[in-house]
Amino acid sequence: MALFATILIPLLGGILLAFFPAHRGREIKVFAILLSVATLFLSIVLFAAYDYSAGGFQFTQSFKWLDHPMNISFSLGMDGISAPMVLLTGIVMFAATLIAWNIEHRPKDFLVLLLMLVAGVYGTFVSMDLFFLFFFYELAVLPMFLLIGVWGSSSDFGTFFRSKEYGAMKLTLYLVAGSVLVWVAIMAMFWASYQAGTPTFSLEELGNVEFNDSFKHFQNLFFPLVMVGFGVLAGLWPFHTWSPDGHVAAPTSVSMLHAGVLMKLGAYGIIRVGLELMPEGAETWLPVLVGLGAVNVFYGAVSAMSQTDLKYVVGYSSVSHMGYVLIGIATLDRLGMGGAVLQMFSHGIMTALFFALVGAIYDRAHVRDVGVLEGLAKRMPMTAAFFAVAGLASLGLPGLSGFVAEFLVFVGAFKTYLPVAVIGVIGAAITAVYILRLLAKVFFGPIRPEWEHLTDASRVELGAAALLAFVLLFVGVWPLPLMDVINAGVIEIPGILGVSG
Amino acid sequence: MSLTSNLHLLLPEFLLAGLAFVIFSADLLLAEGRKHWLAWISVLGLIGLTVLSLLLLWDRDELMYGGLFHVDAYSLFFKTFFMVLGIVVILSSIDFVKARFTSQGEYYAIILMAILAMNIMSASGELLTAYIALELMSFSFYIMVAYLRGNPLSNEAGIKYILIGAFSSAFLLFGISIVYTTTLETRFVDIAGFLANANDISPALWVGLGMMLVGLGFKMAAVPFHMWAPDVYQGAPLPITAYLAVGSKAAAFALVLRMFSEAFAPAIDDWRILIAVLAVATMSVGNLAAMVQHNVKRLLAYSSIGQVGYLLVGIAALSHLASNGIMLHIVGYAFTSMAVFVGVITFFNMTGKEEIKDMAGLADSHPFLAASIAIGLFSLAGLPFFAGFATKFYLFNAAANEDMLWLAGIAVLNSLFSLYYYLNVIRQMYIEPKPEPADEEQVIEEEGRVVTLSQRPSLLLTGVLAAMVLGTIFVGVFPFPIVEAIEAATTALAIVG
Repeated sequence: MALFATILIPLLGGILLAFFPAHRGREIKVFAILLSVATLFLSIVLFAAYDYSAGGFQFTQSFKWLDHPMNISFSLGMDGISAPMVLLTGIVMFAATLIAWNIEHRPKDFLVLLLMLVAGVYGTFVSMDLFFLFFFYELAVLPMFLLIGVWGSSSDFGTFFRSKEYGAMKLTLYLVAGSVLVWVAIMAMFWASYQAGTPTFSLEELGNVEFNDSFKHFQNLFFPLVMVGFGVLAGLWPFHTWSPDGHVAAPTSVSMLHAGVLMKLGAYGIIRVGLELMPEGAETWLPVLVGLGAVNVFYGAVSAMSQTDLKYVVGYSSVSHMGYVLIGIATLDRLGMGGAVLQMFSHGIMTALFFALVGAIYDRAHVRDVGVLEGLAKRMPMTAAFFAVAGLASLGLPGLSGFVAEFLVFVGAFKTYLPVAVIGVIGAAITAVYILRLLAKVFFGPIRPEWEHLTDASRVELGAAALLAFVLLFVGVWPLPLMDVINAGVIEIPGILGVSG
Repeated sequence: MSLTSNLHLLLPEFLLAGLAFVIFSADLLLAEGRKHWLAWISVLGLIGLTVLSLLLLWDRDELMYGGLFHVDAYSLFFKTFFMVLGIVVILSSIDFVKARFTSQGEYYAIILMAILAMNIMSASGELLTAYIALELMSFSFYIMVAYLRGNPLSNEAGIKYILIGAFSSAFLLFGISIVYTTTLETRFVDIAGFLANANDISPALWVGLGMMLVGLGFKMAAVPFHMWAPDVYQGAPLPITAYLAVGSKAAAFALVLRMFSEAFAPAIDDWRILIAVLAVATMSVGNLAAMVQHNVKRLLAYSSIGQVGYLLVGIAALSHLASNGIMLHIVGYAFTSMAVFVGVITFFNMTGKEEIKDMAGLADSHPFLAASIAIGLFSLAGLPFFAGFATKFYLFNAAANEDMLWLAGIAVLNSLFSLYYYLNVIRQMYIEPKPEPADEEQVIEEEGRVVTLSQRPSLLLTGVLAAMVLGTIFVGVFPFPIVEAIEAATTALAIVG
């Protein structure tokens, strides 16, 4: 029941919240924070209780949803790949709900939608049935339109204007376009299992279906649909542009969830649906994925370097960091894959921290322009300190989680795709350039007179930031608890390299 | 078999016709202020008839009058569906009718007639019976569409609809007569037998089937026979637009599904591609044209054309699973579409406006109403938690399983197109700022009639709306009981071939 509860708490909590009187803003926010504390607690317990020496799916439960011949069942389970994601969701959700304390306009609707989104995210990570994985995947995308459209902000960049409606519409259409591809692949897989006489949507049973029996090159034909379809959500180049635009338009806590967990759904989908169900198709197409991932890393980093808006900088750095995830997945190497999953976790925490702080700055200074923001550390010392932690994790400083993850990805890539690993390292170097430049200018330079009046982030914001920074440090110093679990999941991916015995 | 044996199985039909005449005559006796009682009598009558049908016809599988009329799980399923739909339509009409119509009684009686026609459409096992039922339904709609007598748009819609309707009926009837002259049969089972034995379809039979397809295409507004739909939808009184969008489509598919599975299934390889092309054209044109609409009714008209396209996908992929999918999608679509329409009716009763941009700021002034419409639109777009996702998933998978993955793929792509224009409506309601608030009570003149608008949505409509939204969510989350009923219906259908 514990896994079901991760979905039910935000879902039922959100429905309950919808019946609160709208003007009781404070009670509404407190209730939402209580809900997120409950899910955080549950996530930690689930993660801690996962027995990595046994491996496989644990805490499984299953209810029949539709009979033969559809054979859809509501089955839940958590393995070594989903466990860190569940933990990540719990942490980021808690931090995002704290940050949402600042929302003054229709806070109830905002939090209800946020809870729906989180229910969808949890559901995707713990579903063992393809139908429900897709169901929750779409459920997670659905509230984004309103969350950005209603509570977001339009930005005027002088030469061009980005309205929040534009960001919201672009994001939704891109993501749903991606899921169209996934949907087609799902129908194809069901069709194949139907022809094989065992119609099913269960991920475990589909794993046993020999898809290439249905017709030749089945996997080669449909793996790219899954790869690109989920890849859109993971920020796969050249389908990444929705992400920075979405961030710029989104309110702070939505940005946190969007970059922190939502983009991870895409990478997770590639592993769970792509690699695990169609390993032969993966073999054909992973070289392409690794190439695109390398473009992601390099292009994202270069773009981030040339941006002047803080949110665009962090948005493009997300694109760049998701590139490491894609490279790690594409190595199909035990270490690289483990690094990819760890990078998903670490990047989720890191960007959430970034966006929380950018939001805090924007709330006070009402600009995000790097050219104008100077020397904020004088007035916002704590914000600056946490920003430095996130920045250093982002450029891969040893002792923070980003280092472990990227190191593992590089080790995996050096074994399989040497040139890509080199590009990856160059990308990390570029990251170091723009992050350090940003830190030096925005925080640690001489302060501009107009920022003398700024105050530091509020206690609630700092609490959220402290939690996220602590996780970054903890994982950086002692990644073993996380890596043990991730390894248990990674070694079960079919065709994984570097597993002895 | 004598004509009077098992006559009691037709009791629901007889009583429904009787109820319609009771309403007609009671209309003459009731005082003007009490005419809305007629609506409640109709609703009570329909509830009684639904219960009676379920008790009387449960688990029956009989063929009456030598194959003219089926009493089986399939017809029972649709009978229940149409009567419940009728109840919803009547309930959502009451406020509208009170404010805008001079003659209330005929309105409800004609709706009852339409329900009777739909029930017979789902039960008929023979071409002429089907034709007569279809005509009864069409005539009911001709009248209802033109019911806003003072309104030129409504009159135009009525004229257009009756002309196109007569035109398409001619096609249909001519097609039926050609089919009869070549096969010498009108009963579905006999036609299936003929087709199964025939080596190939003769050109004459092709012409007959083609003409029937044209006629039915007009009735269900499949592209390229759809041009009438947007104008008629826009001109018709709103509750009738809803009824057209849901009821007439569902009835047409109840008939077409039985006709194709019991009569034409043996020749499926010949006509499948034709229907598939029709489906692609219908959903693509419907969804693309909807993107540029400014009027809510026209938008919903095109969106319902898109939905017809999805249902045609199921016909093209005719199989047990596809038949389930069609029925499930119809049920889900009915809840969803009624949620949107009841929302729009509520909005219209309050403001007298029906442009999309008029809905700006609705989420601020009427959060429940806006949320309900948004839920309906998300469901129409096929997003999860709501009916649209589950039913489309089922229907399209059924098509994919019949080796028509390409068609299912196009259908999914169309869902993406549709999301764009649904999001535009949602954007108006949620993101655009609220216009100047209107006074509490507002009086406008509409074609010589004084209509009082209230800023408060009526309790009745809100209740109906809540029920529809719950239904939408129920079908989306827990379709199991409905799928069980549908499974029985499809089994009774016994798809040939």
